[in-house]
Amino acid sequence: MSAISEFFHAGGYGFYIWGSYGMAILLMAGELIAVKQQYRTILKRLSRMARINAAEEDE
Amino acid sequence: MIPFFGWLTAILAIGGLYWGFFETPDTLSDQKQYYRIIYIHVGAAWMSMWLYIMMAAWALAGLVFQTRLSFMIASAIAPTGAIATFLALWTGAFWGKTSWGTWWDWDPRMTSELILLFLYMGYMALQSAIDDPRRADRAAALLALVGLVCVPIIFWSINCPNPNECAALHQTSKPGGGNMDPNILIAMLVVALAFWMYAFVAILMRVRNIILERERHTTWVNELNKLLEENK
Repeated sequence: MSAISEFFHAGGYGFYIWGSYGMAILLMAGELIAVKQQYRTILKRLSRMARINAAEEDE
Repeated sequence: MIPFFGWLTAILAIGGLYWGFFETPDTLSDQKQYYRIIYIHVGAAWMSMWLYIMMAAWALAGLVFQTRLSFMIASAIAPTGAIATFLALWTGAFWGKTSWGTWWDWDPRMTSELILLFLYMGYMALQSAIDDPRRADRAAALLALVGLVCVPIIFWSINCPNPNECAALHQTSKPGGGNMDPNILIAMLVVALAFWMYAFVAILMRVRNIILERERHTTWVNELNKLLEENK
């Protein structure tokens, strides 16, 4: 067995180890992406509101 | 601040995990390679308790000083804390399946950690269920404070002074105790620190969102937005 596949096999416990680590990475990366996405949405809405306000002032 | 903690997270996580996987023996006392779940399990479990204490502390500060920002920080902590709690349970289940032969047992430690997860979820649900943000903040803060009783229970559920009173399946966790290889301990502490830095990143990002969202009618947010637009 090559060194890499042996590493991921982890003496037969690969499923348990990578099942744990995989979920950790999935949830934490997912959290960061979701929060970042929310930030973008908020900024978009803010600039839309600013444009509306500017347009009302012009009238 | 956010990129700074982000880099710290990456460096600590990669360094700690490298050390934990390549510079440590393949066994921890009678446990085989599956013990390597320890690095994220302990980090996540510590964060779950620590973040709850922090959340309750900010909630208390909000109640005492009537500061809006304190409540915003408290509610920014909750989702990250819930994720840490879930991960502690999830990794614990995978670890338990290999070392105890079961995914789940109603042992005091697991049960109290599960209650902690419900407390986080209850906090978030209560806050989003009340329309008036000021009342939502206060109600959720009260829940956070009452739920604080759960944290010492989790801690002492396996570290109780008299071992005969602990009917736990879960191993005790004494810092540096037992016959743990120092390399394993170092890697575990470094990864735990990485979790902590990660929590800073996630919480700071979320508190920024909450502030912008709630203060969107104020002039300073609009001024800031203009600046951001100009610098695009």
